Amino acid sequence: MTRDRRLSWINGLLLPLFNVLTAFIATGIVFLFIGVDPIEATKILLYGALGYDEGLGYTLYYATNFVFTGLAVAVAFHAGLFNIGGEGQAYVGGLGIALVALYINPAMSAWIVIPLAISGGLLFGALWAIIPAYLQAYRGSHIVITTIMFNFLASALMVYVLVNILREVGEMSPESGDFIKVSWLPFVHDIFASFGYKIARSPLNLSILVALFFSAAVWFFLWHTRWGFAIRAAGKSNEAAIYSGINPKKIIVVTMCISGALAGLVGINELMGVQHRLFLNFNYGYGFGGIAVALMVRNHPIGILIAAFLFGILYQGGAELDFELQNVSRDIVVVMQGLVILFCGGLEYLYRPVLIRFLAPIKESK
Amino acid sequence: MLVDNFTVLENVILGSEGGALISQSLANARIELTRLAKEYGLEVELDIAVEELSVGMQQRVEILKGLYKGARVLILDEPTGVLTPQESDELFRIFDALKKQGVTIILITHKLREIMNITDHVSVMRAGKMVAHRETSKTNPEELAELMIGRKVLLNIEKSKAKSGKALLTAKNLEIYNEQGLKRVTEVSFEAHSGEILGIAGVTGNGQGSLLKALAGILPLSKGSIKIMGKTITPETHLNPKQLRELGVAHVPEDRQKMGMIADFSASETALLGYHNDKEINQGVWLKRSSVKANCESLMQAFDVRPNNPNLMSSNFSGGNQQKLILAREFERDPEVLIIGQPTRGVDIGAIEFIRKRIIEMRDAGKAIILISVELEEIMSLSDRIIVMCDGEITGTVDAKDANEATLGMMMANALQPQDEPKGAKL
Repeated sequence: MTRDRRLSWINGLLLPLFNVLTAFIATGIVFLFIGVDPIEATKILLYGALGYDEGLGYTLYYATNFVFTGLAVAVAFHAGLFNIGGEGQAYVGGLGIALVALYINPAMSAWIVIPLAISGGLLFGALWAIIPAYLQAYRGSHIVITTIMFNFLASALMVYVLVNILREVGEMSPESGDFIKVSWLPFVHDIFASFGYKIARSPLNLSILVALFFSAAVWFFLWHTRWGFAIRAAGKSNEAAIYSGINPKKIIVVTMCISGALAGLVGINELMGVQHRLFLNFNYGYGFGGIAVALMVRNHPIGILIAAFLFGILYQGGAELDFELQNVSRDIVVVMQGLVILFCGGLEYLYRPVLIRFLAPIKESK
Repeated sequence: MLVDNFTVLENVILGSEGGALISQSLANARIELTRLAKEYGLEVELDIAVEELSVGMQQRVEILKGLYKGARVLILDEPTGVLTPQESDELFRIFDALKKQGVTIILITHKLREIMNITDHVSVMRAGKMVAHRETSKTNPEELAELMIGRKVLLNIEKSKAKSGKALLTAKNLEIYNEQGLKRVTEVSFEAHSGEILGIAGVTGNGQGSLLKALAGILPLSKGSIKIMGKTITPETHLNPKQLRELGVAHVPEDRQKMGMIADFSASETALLGYHNDKEINQGVWLKRSSVKANCESLMQAFDVRPNNPNLMSSNFSGGNQQKLILAREFERDPEVLIIGQPTRGVDIGAIEFIRKRIIEMRDAGKAIILISVELEEIMSLSDRIIVMCDGEITGTVDAKDANEATLGMMMANALQPQDEPKGAKL
């Protein structure tokens, strides 16, 4: 194996693996501090997330959201942009979905309504990203700052829309009425049942296929199309991009639209798949979780599937921990997430020098 | 390194302030510097901001700084890269004075002429090893060049007389602002003919870089016009680099590392920069990896790029091989106009010879070539016609056969007497 090959193995596989393991060991230490046996906790966590089909269903359902937001962060990252606005883009994307799923003619076929609703999510997510993108490209306002601000704007906007416009007459809670039936995505347990297999009910629905499709699509787009090439070139070197006839400003706007659109898909899982109505804070935490997911696997769309699955395990397993153990609250998930971000994002290269020394030392050239 | 907006005096005491308040050390430094300046003939005004000094004077400040801190050994890395020949001579005169005072000078340079003219001993490094030590008086440039690359090299490229044809590029009264909005080029006009190499000489930072970028479509014009291959570029009708490439204009950028390639991309992707929309490589939405690789392989073959591995990261190639790959990318599409910046900067002598031959081959194939280089020697040995730029203006136009280093140097500093200045812009 050439040294280049080995280096790419170290960077692509071993480093993330070691980083995640370290994060888990650190979590174990936290458990010891609060008087919980880490082995016992791990057992509960893994069993709760993977041990039975309802748990696994929940894990995959959470993972689906992280795939969408993870892809959103990753695409932006390849253009050299740090999109912190996944939270807001997902939120507003939900509005796009809801508008289609609430007001479209209910007599239409699901084959038309569902793609339309998905497009609504894509479109609104993209729209929510386009202003920060424009400001970065043509006015020099930093995208990190503007996307954070847009998260707050999204929250305010959604409260306004839900309270004043979409709330049904006579209802107290700020949420919309039910989506029309044809816009509902089928649950996986229902599909299995129609083939005669009985599995436990869980919120897992067909959005997971959409997530898989978009992972593959993003991978193909970035590495096997000329537009992906242009995005990566602009992300690596502004000057080389200009030299190549690529307009970096345009790349910023287009890439952020794609990024926002992907984040906007969270709603198809949460709203079209499970809740069938629009409500406050359905997006909570997935946008930020997506940053960790993308960072963990260095923004590779296929790696994101794995990282999102891991985060799904943490979410579902964390809920089980909360349920099973007295002195653990659900917030332990946030602690674990934080540690994963710390070791995978902040201390990304912690083990690199050691791994290189042992596995790919620089040899004396002849 | 100097802090641009500090005065000379402040720059000199930087790092040896000697207390919480600097007034005392400033006063001490002033006395000491005056003494040093007298002793070594290094007069510099002490209370002027460094940014207002010429590069030659800044070089002096650097040396003064070293001496002030009591240096007995001065190490200089390519000190003449940004100097005119006259300024270089002045620098060497200072070296001489320092040498007499017992200072040791280590000069790192790739210019054999400097080695021969001012050093006493010379060591040659190749591929990270010292391969030879010589007494300068007992060696010659040919031997040194051979030691540097391990085989015989032609220092002077032979070339036939140019068969100059019709003008392919006509620039009229160009005025160009750089990315920071500073005016870099004023009233520049010239023509580039097919079958001819037009050399643009000048000290780094006198507008050649911005001119090159404007010719390649990266910077817009603020005044004037460029006629390329029948199309006209004006401030109102800008052509971007992509459109210019489609017209048959190839551009080898001055800054290879930042602009010509992407360090983190594989060689095959670097070989695609600027041409990623080509029909041969795309099929519908699909950028065909196999064609991308094949394209890179054929370029590597044509320009003998080593190692010939398209999957290797661009940054893992030597400077010479990176440059060869970029040249291959730009030359192999059969362009009509070639805009080439610093073709051999940071390139080993073996590759220099190869690259220069290829440039002359392109000329003989009837292309119009515009060559910008800070190496006077390169300009003189390749060009058929030379224009010299100073401070954004053309300060001289000479036929290559009449050019010599002294007059070019004077033009580079815009120091020719008015009566014998061949009145710039007119060709």
